[in-house]
Order: sequence, then C-alpha cells, then structure tokens
Amino acid sequence: MLNTLLSGDLPRSRAMSVLLVLVVLGLALAPFITSGARPLNTAATICIYIVLVASYDLLIGYTGIVSFAHTMFFGIGAYGVGLAFDSPTPAWGAMALGLVAALALTLVLAFIIGLFALRVRAIFYAMITLAVASSFAVLASQMSQWTGGEDGKTFDVPDLLSPANEFGEFMGRIVDGKVLTYYIVFVSAALVFLALLRIVNSPFGRVLQAIRENEFRAEALGYRTVLYRIAANCIGAVAAALAGALMALWLRYVGPKTTLGFEVMTDILLIVVIGGMGTMYGSVIGAALFILANNYLKSLMAKAAGAVAGVPVLEAALHPDRWLLWLGILFILAIYFFPSGIVGKFRQQAARPGI
Amino acid sequence: MPSVPRDYIPMLLVPALMLAMLPLVGSMPTWVTLTVAGLAMGMMIFIMSSGLTLVFGLMDVLNFGHGAFVSVGAFAATLVLVPMQGWIEADSLGQNLAALGLAIAMAMAVTAALGWVFERVIIMPVYGQHLKQILITMGGMIVVEQMIHVVWGADHLPMPLPAGLRGAFVVGDAAIEKYRLLAVAVGLLVFLVLTLVLNRTKLGLLIRAGVENGEMVEALGYRIRRLFVAVFAAGSALAGLGGVMWGLYKETLTASMGGEVMVMVFITIIIGGLGSVGGCFIGALLMALTANYAGFLAPKLALVSHIVLMIAILLWRPAGLSRK
Amino acid sequence: MTDALLKLSGVHTHIGEYHILQGVDLAVPRGGLAVLLGRNGAGKTTTLRTVMGLWQASAGKVEFNGRDISKLRTPDIAQAGIAYVPESMAVFSALTVRENLYLAARNGPMDTARLEWIFSFFPALKKFWNYPAGNLSGGQKQMVAIARAIIEPRELLLIDEPTKGLAPAIIQNLADAIRQLKGQTTVLLVEQNFSFVRQLGDTVAVMDDGRIVHSGAMADLAADRALQERLLGLALDSHQ
Repeated sequence: MLNTLLSGDLPRSRAMSVLLVLVVLGLALAPFITSGARPLNTAATICIYIVLVASYDLLIGYTGIVSFAHTMFFGIGAYGVGLAFDSPTPAWGAMALGLVAALALTLVLAFIIGLFALRVRAIFYAMITLAVASSFAVLASQMSQWTGGEDGKTFDVPDLLSPANEFGEFMGRIVDGKVLTYYIVFVSAALVFLALLRIVNSPFGRVLQAIRENEFRAEALGYRTVLYRIAANCIGAVAAALAGALMALWLRYVGPKTTLGFEVMTDILLIVVIGGMGTMYGSVIGAALFILANNYLKSLMAKAAGAVAGVPVLEAALHPDRWLLWLGILFILAIYFFPSGIVGKFRQQAARPGI
Repeated sequence: MPSVPRDYIPMLLVPALMLAMLPLVGSMPTWVTLTVAGLAMGMMIFIMSSGLTLVFGLMDVLNFGHGAFVSVGAFAATLVLVPMQGWIEADSLGQNLAALGLAIAMAMAVTAALGWVFERVIIMPVYGQHLKQILITMGGMIVVEQMIHVVWGADHLPMPLPAGLRGAFVVGDAAIEKYRLLAVAVGLLVFLVLTLVLNRTKLGLLIRAGVENGEMVEALGYRIRRLFVAVFAAGSALAGLGGVMWGLYKETLTASMGGEVMVMVFITIIIGGLGSVGGCFIGALLMALTANYAGFLAPKLALVSHIVLMIAILLWRPAGLSRK
Repeated sequence: MTDALLKLSGVHTHIGEYHILQGVDLAVPRGGLAVLLGRNGAGKTTTLRTVMGLWQASAGKVEFNGRDISKLRTPDIAQAGIAYVPESMAVFSALTVRENLYLAARNGPMDTARLEWIFSFFPALKKFWNYPAGNLSGGQKQMVAIARAIIEPRELLLIDEPTKGLAPAIIQNLADAIRQLKGQTTVLLVEQNFSFVRQLGDTVAVMDDGRIVHSGAMADLAADRALQERLLGLALDSHQ
C-alpha cells in the first residue's frame, strides 16, 4: 500500500526513511506536540515550502529547466486567494473564485512563457524568466490600490477558520480555527506532494528525465520535447500557485516580500540543491531542515558570534544576519561535491553494503 | 571590388528614438533633461554589461553573479574615497577627478583580482554545464554579497559626489547635471577603448575569433583557456567600474545594488546580441532612453518598458541587434 | 620501411557512448600525400579530430615525429607543427580574409613571397583581402581555410573533405593547389571523391566502421579495377 501511495518511489535508505517519517509525523502532530503560535507557524511554512520546492524540483531536477519565474506563480496563487478574501465578509465562494482565477492565470502565463521561451537555450530561458518575474514584482508593488503595494494586504478569513472559533481541547492545545487551518494546509500540501510524486514516476515523468539527459536523443526517439517541457512548466507553475494559495490562507497576509521577492527564489534554489535535485524527497528534508534552521539556528549563530567577540572578520561572519553566507558556501559545495544533495548522500550510503 | 555591406539600421536607432521623442515630449528643456539622463544611465549600464556579453560570447559562460562585481567595485572605491575625503570635497575639479581616478583604479584592480579567483574556483570546474553554471554563479553572488556585509559592516554606505561634480549646467532653460555628462564621457571612452582593442589588436582578434569558434582558434595553436581568464578578469573590472559610476549616481551603496541592476543588464545583452560590444552599447542606450521617456510620457508603462523593448527587438531580430 | 611522420596505433575513440574508432592503425609517410577514404560515418573525421586532440582517444597511441601526442591538448598539437582544415572550414566570418590569415601566421608577420605564392593559385583571396570572410562563396571559404593552414610552413596538413559541395572548376583549382603543396609538406587528405584523389595520392587507406580495411599505394589501387569494385560502396563514388 505504501508503494502505491508513494508511486513506487521509495526512499531507498533506512536513515532517510527514518528522517522522513520523523518529518511527516512531526508535521502531522505539530499542533499537539508543540505549544504557542511560533512552532505552528514554522510547521505550516515547512508544509508550504515542501510543495513549493517539490514543484521546482519537477522543473530543475527532472526536466532540467532553470526558471526564475517560480516565485511569480507562487505570488499569483497567494494574491488570488488574498484579494478574494479582502472584503468585510470573507466568503468561501469568493475564495474558490479567486483560486480558480489564479490557477487559470498561472496556466496561461506558464503556457505562453513556455511556448516562446522554452525553445531557446537554458541560459536565455533563465534570463527571460528573471526579467518577467521581476517586472511582475514591480507591477505588484506599484498597483497599490489593488494589491496593497509594497506593504501588501492583511485580510480576514471566514469565521470557521478564525482563532476565536474554538472546538474544544485536545492534548493541551485548544483546537481552534487556526488549528483547523493548519490541517487544511497540511492535508493539501500532502496531496499536492503525492500528486507530484506520481507525476514524476509516470511515463510522462520518465520522458522528462530522458529529455533532461539527452534532448537530442529524445527528439530522435520521436518525442516533441518542447511540448513536454511546456507541460512540465505548467504543472510546476500550478503547484507553486497552490502553494501560494495555502500561504495566503495561513498567513492571512499577502505581500511582495513574502512571495515575489528574490529572497524566496534564493531560498528555493538553496533548498532544492542542498536537499537533492531530482529526488522529490529532497524538498521534504531540505525544506524541513532549512526552515527549522532559519528559525532556530540563528540564535545559535548569535551565541557563537558572542563567543568570538572582538575578532574582527570572524565575529561579523558569525552574526546571525550572515546566515546566507554559510548557506551560500554550503550551496556551492553541494553543487560540486554532492549534486544529489542530502538525499543523494543517504542513498549512496545505503547502497554500500555492510557499512 | 564589391562593397562590404554594412549594417546601418541598429546604429540609427538611438538618434532616431531621440528625435522621435522630441515632438512627443513637447518642451525642449524637458527633452534635454530626459535625454541626458537616459544617455548617462545607458552608458553606466553599458559599462556594466560589456564585460558580461564578451565573457558569454567567448566562453559560453553566463555569470549570474556578475552583479556582485558591480557591488564590490563600488565598495572597493570607498577604500580610496574615504581617506581622500579632502580631495573629494575640495573646490578643485582637478583634485576631484584625481581622487575619482584613483578610486576607479582601486575598484577595477579589486574586481579584476576577484574575477580571476572567481573564474578559477567557481566557473572553471563547470565549463560546458549550463545548469550548474547558473546555479553556482548565483551561489557565488550570494557569498560575495554576504562577504561585503562582513567586510564593510554597515547596510548602507554613503558615496557623496565630488564637490566639482555636483549641480548642473544651465543651458537655456534646460538643466544638465554635471555628473551625467561625466558618465556619458566615461561610457564613450570605454566604448572607444573596447572597440579599438577588439578591432586593432591581436588580442581583440583572438577574442572575436574565439567568440565565433573557440575550437578553431585552439587548432591554430593558441591556448584559449588563458584568454578566458584574462577576459573574465577584464569583464569583472568593467563591472567594477560600472559599480563606481552607479554608486556615485545613487550616492548610497548597498550590497545588493549590483543584483538589482542585473535584470537591466541581462535585457541589454539579449537585445544587443551575445558577444557583441556594439550591440550592447546600442541596447543599453535604447533601454535607458526608453525607460526615461516612458517615465515621463506614460508612467504606468514605464515599469514594463524594458520588457516591451526586448520583445519588440527580438521580434525583429531574434538573435539580437548585432545579428541579422 | 618509409619513415612515418604520423602514426596511429590501435586508436579507439568514444563519443559519449558511441564507439566510433575501433582500433585504427594508420601510418602517414613523411613527404607524401596520404589519402583516407571512406563513406559517411566511417570515422574519417573522427580520426582527424582525434589526431588534433579535439577528441581524446580512449585507447591506443598517436605519434608525431616519434613523439606521443595522444594526451596533448589541441594548441600544443598545433604548435608541434600540425595544421588542420576541418570539414566545416571554420573560417571566422566576422573577420576579414586578411585577419583570418594574420591569426594563422602565429610565428610572426606574414611572408609576402609566400603570400604571393598562395595568391597564384587562389587569386580570389587577393581580391577579397579586406572583405569579411563570411561573405565569401563556399569555394572561396575553402581557399581561406587552406590558406590558413599553409601561410606558414607546417610539417603536416590534415585536410577534411575539401571538395565537398564545390563546383568542378573549383575542384580542379584545389587539385592544382594541393599538387603544389605536395613537394613542401606531408598531407593527410580525407575524401569521398575517388577521382579527385587518385591523381594526387601517394598512399591510400580505406576506412569502414571505425577500422582501416585496406592500405597500400595509390597507384596499386588505381590500377586494380576489381579491388576498387570490392571496396565500392565502402568508399568509392560509383559515378566517378
């Protein structure tokens, strides 16, 4: 049964399976094994980023496309939901409409960009998507009357999801609308992830991998590679938009910094490379580690910086604001030495008998 | 003897645009201000992009971290500008320019050295693997930007204009900022030097041949790999120069200032045609002028003027201005 | 046993997973014109590219002047005295004819006497001296490519299918030019056009499926109708 659920793509490493189970259980039980708002927020962010990065892995790891437009679709999904709820009486109907509109826009944009730009070399595609995404970000910031501009918009969600709506108590946590929202996020994220897993393990997914390996041969075998690439582009974009919708639902806020900013794109790249490109599970482990570290490791860095206070360069390098420096170095090392990321390392270890 | 056909149209685009905008803008003084501003910004973007287009044309390497060199150049300039504060504030244009010259020399030396290291350590191991190149140069940019924070500390660093370059000349009703004229002059000088080197020296010959067919250049007995490093370092030095000019323009430095202009740089080299300095020159001027005119005539359109320009030119010449 | 300027021993070359050269043994005698014949896909171009270091041999040895050049990089192989005229000609289109030759003359300024000699059988080069090479016709580009290889004396010329796609008059021109070169240097000429090479070649090797299937004197092959027919379909154009 597990085989069917995971579409035949098993972890293939005991250590990794343990880690995965920990992550999944941790996320599933988050409201009840933690207390307070912050850990729950971390957990929800992990769920959302797992989907966001997995959808990017479909593009970069399985199809070999480097796109900088991913955050644009993330943002469209978020704004679709956010703006739909932005009224005195937020309604499910409006949300559904907003979501459908966002997904439609995503599909159209992904299709158009793919149609025009996927024929060209990878480097051009990367540059063009960068230009398009940054223009979109500028547009979103400038059209303040609709989008709330730089500051974004906070909005209310339907009463069902409001924290004031309490259902009872369980294991020390008051189960309220927020917890309900969390489970909506968790279950949706799980479903989308499993769908992506199914897609990459289907015949379609195998063609994508063939294209990534040797496009020339794939064409020679009769596959219209451009069509496959466009399809992959659209699927990845839609999944990213869904992640964005979940993000908006959770945060009850939408703004350019949290969705369209280049920092988000950087985070996605860091996670997908360090976690492991072309593995899907890389995004699970990577996102979990990254977000946890982002939230909790920084205080460790601050302590370390304190310990070397006075040493000029070292102190500045260990300052928690310099978190990206170490990630960047890890990122570069990962590309050189372990291109299949953490997941790849686990699987390598597992494949060696008796060690 | 049959005549050598020359490609005139791209050369005419910039003056044509400028002239076409005059009736639309209406007032001559405004037109002059907009045009000078556009030319100045275009020159600075050209300086920043010229290195990147040569590197890509020659080595088939796209340095997504190019923006980091722009930032480093600007910050490195402060190593000279801060101690030479006196000369910057002095009333003598000679002293101002001397200090500026030294700052530029420092910036270009630092970025050339950094470029050399970057090429050997980050790029050389991934020649030919485009996906890894994109990722690893981005990683390099993140690390370099963070190191700027580590070395220079503050989030913002001021970079005041030298005293003699502040203010504007008034010609009739139009105000022409002095610094913008300097930017145009520097840009033209860089263009001239690059064109001379490319067209009149053996080094330039090797680069132009290498852009077309690196393999054949090797088959003629030249070690083209050494050329790569030199060109990369030179391209980084140009980025550094662009960074100094850009920093003075904005008068404030941030570590991410280079990354912020990368979109415009990429659009410029796409418009110009990869590997072509001339195309890059025209592309940069067109883009900056269009943005300025659009900002005045149709502010909402200005945001997407870059993209619209890129699409328009690619529809006309899909490989950029320099290739028919 | 004539002294072999270039010697390939058991050379294998893989391109990706394709095993193109499957043990090539070839000896090019000093001072002559050796011809390498074979149909499309036999591995002739791969052989030249392997000698030139553009592709690395996966096994075997390439010796030039007694020196093992198998592991050398292309610029060093060129510096050792080998000039290459590729199938695609690879003229630098943006550069003028003059600049193309200038680049090829790496040991100093171009020898005017030598240049005049080149102009004598390639007059078009003088005519289009300051013209971008990309604007020349196919035959003229071929002239540029060959001129590049001979602008300075080289010990060995590798020429890949120079007559491909050219008009008969130009081909005659080329034959005369190559005949003039014969006295000066050693040539390894790859071709599919038998009638072109039968007058020029001293020795001939026929290649098929990445191996040499025949080698010997050109005169012997040219006289042996039966042998030609046996090798027909492997190398020789039937309408020649």
